[in-house]
Amino acid sequence: MVQVTLSGTIQQAAGGISTLEIEAKNIRQLLNGLEKQCPELKPELEKGSIAVAINGTIYRDDWFQPIPEDSEVFLIPRLAGG
Amino acid sequence: MARNPDADNAPVKKEIESSTSKYDAEKAASFKVVGSRPARPDGMDKVTGKARFGADMVMPGQLVGLILRSPHPHAVIKSIDSSEAEALSGVKAVVTRDDFAPNDDHADVLYNIMAREKALYEGHAVAAVAATSRAVARKALKLIKIDYEPLPHVTDVDAAMSPDAPVLHDSIITRGISPAPTKPSNVVARSEFGHGDIDAGFAQADEIIERSFKTAATHQGYIEPHACVANVGADGMSELWCCTQGHFHVRQVCASLLGIDVSRLRVTASEIGGGFGGKTTVFIEPVALALSRKAGRPVKIAMTRDEVFKASGPTASSSMNVKIGVTKDGRITAGYGEFRYQGGAFAGAPADFGAMSAFACYALDNVKTEAYDVVTNRPKGAAYRAPGAPMSVYAVESVIDELATRIGMDPIDLRLKNAAKEGSKSSYGPKFGSCGLVETLEAAKAHPHYNAPLGPNQGRGVASGFWFNFGGETCSNLNINADGTVTIAVGTPDIGGSRASMCIMAAEELGIPYDKVRAIVADTSALGYNDTTEGSRVTFSSGMAVIKASQQAVTEMCKRAAMIWDIPAEAVTWEDGCAKPSGPNAGDFEPLSLAEIAATAGKTGGPIAGHHEYNADGAGVSFGTHIVDTEVDPETGKVDIIRYTVIQDAGKAIHPDYVEGQFQGGAAQGIGWALNEEYIYGDDGKLQNAGFLDYRMPVASDLPMIDTVIVEVPNPGHPYGVRGVGETGIVPPLAAIANGVSAAAGVRMTELPMSPPRVLKAIDTAKVAAE
Repeated sequence: MVQVTLSGTIQQAAGGISTLEIEAKNIRQLLNGLEKQCPELKPELEKGSIAVAINGTIYRDDWFQPIPEDSEVFLIPRLAGG
Repeated sequence: MARNPDADNAPVKKEIESSTSKYDAEKAASFKVVGSRPARPDGMDKVTGKARFGADMVMPGQLVGLILRSPHPHAVIKSIDSSEAEALSGVKAVVTRDDFAPNDDHADVLYNIMAREKALYEGHAVAAVAATSRAVARKALKLIKIDYEPLPHVTDVDAAMSPDAPVLHDSIITRGISPAPTKPSNVVARSEFGHGDIDAGFAQADEIIERSFKTAATHQGYIEPHACVANVGADGMSELWCCTQGHFHVRQVCASLLGIDVSRLRVTASEIGGGFGGKTTVFIEPVALALSRKAGRPVKIAMTRDEVFKASGPTASSSMNVKIGVTKDGRITAGYGEFRYQGGAFAGAPADFGAMSAFACYALDNVKTEAYDVVTNRPKGAAYRAPGAPMSVYAVESVIDELATRIGMDPIDLRLKNAAKEGSKSSYGPKFGSCGLVETLEAAKAHPHYNAPLGPNQGRGVASGFWFNFGGETCSNLNINADGTVTIAVGTPDIGGSRASMCIMAAEELGIPYDKVRAIVADTSALGYNDTTEGSRVTFSSGMAVIKASQQAVTEMCKRAAMIWDIPAEAVTWEDGCAKPSGPNAGDFEPLSLAEIAATAGKTGGPIAGHHEYNADGAGVSFGTHIVDTEVDPETGKVDIIRYTVIQDAGKAIHPDYVEGQFQGGAAQGIGWALNEEYIYGDDGKLQNAGFLDYRMPVASDLPMIDTVIVEVPNPGHPYGVRGVGETGIVPPLAAIANGVSAAAGVRMTELPMSPPRVLKAIDTAKVAAE
């Protein structure tokens, strides 16, 4: 099980839930699990406007990045820059 | 992060190459080329005028493209009649909204490059012509009849959030609010970040300061206006030459908007005369392609400066409230901020990044930030170096400065006491990995500047700042030439000397001199997809791709040497640019240099090359601290910058000149943002200062020599320890200068820019209050 913390607009889209537990061993499984557990998040997830932080490293697009046991996982806005 | 939800049980073990790489401390201890300061490969062309920028391309039969723009800040476009323009001799094509099919993937981009039902800001494109001369094109624009129905407009962020504000889009229902609103508004989204209990935190504080701040919209101010030449052939094969920070992105968006295959559009990035984030999207490029397709001839469009101001992408303006509590001994007990950003006529103001960055310098137990992304009748904003961060950090660092004064603590000591460090929980959630804020603060405190005496009417300001940095999709090729030279192809336009940095990294890996390596920015047909030059990503991610490509070429060269010596490839090592037997047991052979191996490549298996494609992660955050001395003329309110020092963590400076240049550039732009630059709108909703005479950017005579200190705390996610440096440098200046001016003027400055009238008014108001 991965405990994932939601932030930004995602948190309110999930009905104000700030943390969820998802069975996932990589980012793709995490996102699919989120969508199943919180169908209201689907529009946000489909927009592709989020990134996943695992133990402090932010991944913008990396479905198969492993999520080790007891990782600190955050969903944050997808970063852009100038 | 769009994805295919199929195959829930995707493989866990990564069979593709890791997207992060580990820092190689042993290698870093023996760099031979990295850290040197050779001349940049594009330097000669640039100083002799030979470099070709966006407007320098000329194609046979080329037409002049001009764009007709809305004079209204907000109006329904009831009809467009271009028949007279089309009939004018010399006019070869006219395009309007009817020439672009609806596009769900890029709906806002499409609406921005060519207005549809409504014109949403003064300068919004409503039609375009291609003609044989500029005179004919200008005449044709006057013949296009647009029937507008003007609507009420709004350009201020707080006014746009008011319930009775004119609504730009009926489709905008605020996201991030539960339950969701039922009526449209100008508030695109509300975001929230933080942790802990701020009420409990404020209850622990001995001192609390709460203030409101405003910043004006500014423009990146790149010297080269947007320009492009499009050529759509009779067979549908298309080419586009343009100044951009991301030609692969331009290709993707333009192909989609034009409804053509990506493979049929080849985009070449010209040299670029500044971008700073403003050239990460499209404005004129799809229009030029549509005109060319219709005319059957190449079309060039080059924006005027007036168009750049009115119709490209400035940064957001902001209105903010910040509240911070601190104990008498300098522990921050709680921080709160509300950040309202307007980003022009479409969604996307970087309010969330502002909220995430605001308190990032501090390890706080209790912090909460809220962000509002708001639309107004202004041109759609684009990125500008560390988008969203300079404004929010200005607000927070101003209050930190005031708190330091209130409790009688040195402002650097207050920051050091609360500084984020490795393992700190960031204010936006994840824990920080290795980072160098403390090192920049300690370097600032030890710098002679910090304790130098000040004169009358002078004040010193300090501020720290943060930016995330990221990697992204990256692809690079490296070819070993027959004469022993090396060419590199990267897909990231060079906006800050990156070609030199790529050559340095390849030379380091290959063990050859810098001047044996040349780098080019390849067009979109020559490489796989590359993300845009943004996010301070190029030296990190393209650099890592070049390192990996070099290592692949080295492996191949060792293999060729092994073949020549008739020994196993594993028995060959690469050292100082040569293949050598790895030990006495491997045999006794004279080393073979890269040039010698290259010379016989045709006989040992063919050309030798390396390439690397990946999605880079592990960019490593960046922190900086700035010190600035200001002098305020109490009679006029004019501010002079007397001395400026930038201290920033670069991880590892590959080419220190360009790292220092990024530091200095960020400070220079920050000085303009803090003191004078501002989009000024009249009550009519029109921009009043769309030119460099009235939009006051700093020139060389406004600036002191900007000193730099490069701090190097290696990024563990890069083999050389590189962190991006392009954006953090613009984050602290607004606050540092505001703190300096506030100290010099004796009054807290809470609105940017601190132009002479505003400073004078603040001084006079404070005098009246004191009496």
